[in-house]
Amino acid sequence: MSAAVTLSGVGKSFGARELFRDVSFDVQEGEVFVVLGGSGCGKSTLMRLMIGLDRPNTGQIMVLGHDSARKPDLIRPMIGVMFQSGALFGSLSVLENVMLPLKIFTDLPAQAQTEIARLKLALVGLREAESLMPAEISGGMARRAAIARALALDPPLLFLDEPSAGLDPITSAGLDRLILDLRDMLGATFIVVTHELPSILAIADRCVMLDAKARGMVALGRPRELQAKSPNATVHAFFNREML
Amino acid sequence: MDKIALIMEPGRLKLDGPMTASSLAPIWRRALEKARAAQQNVQPLTIDLSSAPKIDMAGITLLLALEQAHPGVTFEGLGQRPATLLARLRKEAKTAPPPPARAPIPRRGAALAQRVRDGLAFLGDITLAIITLPANLRFFRAADFFRLADQAGGQALPLILMLGYLIGMILAFQSAVPMRQFGADLYVADLVAIALFRELGPLLCAVILAGRTGSAFAAELGTMQVNEEIAALQTMGIDPATMLVLPRAGAMMLVLPGLTMAMDVAGLAGMATVLMLFGFPPAVIAAHVATTANVGRFLVGLAKSIPFGLAVALVGCRAGLSAGLGPRAVGEAATAAVVGGIVWTILLDGLFAVFSYRMHL
Repeated sequence: MSAAVTLSGVGKSFGARELFRDVSFDVQEGEVFVVLGGSGCGKSTLMRLMIGLDRPNTGQIMVLGHDSARKPDLIRPMIGVMFQSGALFGSLSVLENVMLPLKIFTDLPAQAQTEIARLKLALVGLREAESLMPAEISGGMARRAAIARALALDPPLLFLDEPSAGLDPITSAGLDRLILDLRDMLGATFIVVTHELPSILAIADRCVMLDAKARGMVALGRPRELQAKSPNATVHAFFNREML
Repeated sequence: MDKIALIMEPGRLKLDGPMTASSLAPIWRRALEKARAAQQNVQPLTIDLSSAPKIDMAGITLLLALEQAHPGVTFEGLGQRPATLLARLRKEAKTAPPPPARAPIPRRGAALAQRVRDGLAFLGDITLAIITLPANLRFFRAADFFRLADQAGGQALPLILMLGYLIGMILAFQSAVPMRQFGADLYVADLVAIALFRELGPLLCAVILAGRTGSAFAAELGTMQVNEEIAALQTMGIDPATMLVLPRAGAMMLVLPGLTMAMDVAGLAGMATVLMLFGFPPAVIAAHVATTANVGRFLVGLAKSIPFGLAVALVGCRAGLSAGLGPRAVGEAATAAVVGGIVWTILLDGLFAVFSYRMHL
């Protein structure tokens, strides 16, 4: 097994405000890796750095063998991204949203594109919603549709930003199950940004925790181990839902 | 890009290469045609996948399509992971309920009737908000009113002056050339002054503000609607009509007469520029303007601009408040505000024309 993503000494500041520094870890192929931490610690920013939407101030991020800051265009056809809001295109139906990458990046016949998109929607349990517009579906359905769109080209690496934030526990558990099923069936690598503890414990093979006060990572490892015996007070409080 | 070859043998199809979304396009149709032909000829068909090192979901979709085209097809050399994925997707494809039929498109007549009803309800809300304003003054934010008046009036003034000046010049020039043939080119001053004061000043100002400010009102309120800010106001017991619509309507009614005056003056300046270039002295032009552009005509134009401002503001606010969900709704609201603002301005202008004719104004 080799590393799909490697971060070495990554730091990011916005003006004089330092968000984090010296973040280093790697994500192995086929792993579900979770980036976690409290609000405002830089989880989503770290994801934006990994997918090449922003550049780190220090350090290097290698994604599938390419520098994400220097060669973002080489990375993008190989990754799928689900943004926090779902970011479905409001003028396209759910099915058309999923078909869009297939239309742009493949020469498959229209019928084949439709069938592939329908199967992906069926896989995330949204076949019956294919003709609905994004404004007509719930938040949980929009997230699942966004996952189906991220899967459109069968990328080996998927980034999911807060997939279960604001969802009810049943829908959230369904999404967790879906992520694990997709990993097992497709062999894809998942990098999930979340601070939902039940999700972290359910899906993460390993995780990294960022902390706003420490301005960097405070833990890296398996979630159950961190929950049981992390010496760091913030990590212990996070995993055991305690006040600091 | 991945490449795949389709090797056809009697009763057998061999797929040689990765079966991925980026590789399958050249062979998709041929593979299905082969499967259908075998099915029609009642021949068995085996798909040899031993040389397909990678099969993604697009590849699985093709295998399912082949199964559909030839239900007796068998797969050889299918790896464990693709086999699991095939079984799962086969199950999903079978158990997934068919997509529901689209709701019938409502008849245009019914939709129009609904729009009229909604429009009347909106007018009722605004009337109620005006009547209850003394009791709800705490919802009417003076700071908003002045900000909106500045946006709609102060910030639009340079544009109005420039367009007024250019329109005055164009009107004068286009009229002076044919009128010179009859030696009546000096009467261009009278013509432009009357046209500007009675019609073009208020009308053009209202059209410009429909495009500039009415659309901005619609976009702002439409975004608030999309973000559920309007619902939040309602749940707090704050009437959106009082807090959002009345300040905008008041601001537009206040600034449009002022902008109309500015356009009148700028238009006269443009006309005077052209006539001076034609050799007429400023004193003569001023005397003609003073004779024809009397206070009555000036006031008729100003009086018209107040309902024009009200119409543009109400149409813009109504478009924003009735916006649907999603980003497209905001664009549609802005379009509706501009189109509706212009249409209502011209309709009101027509009514004023009939009214002033009857009243000998």
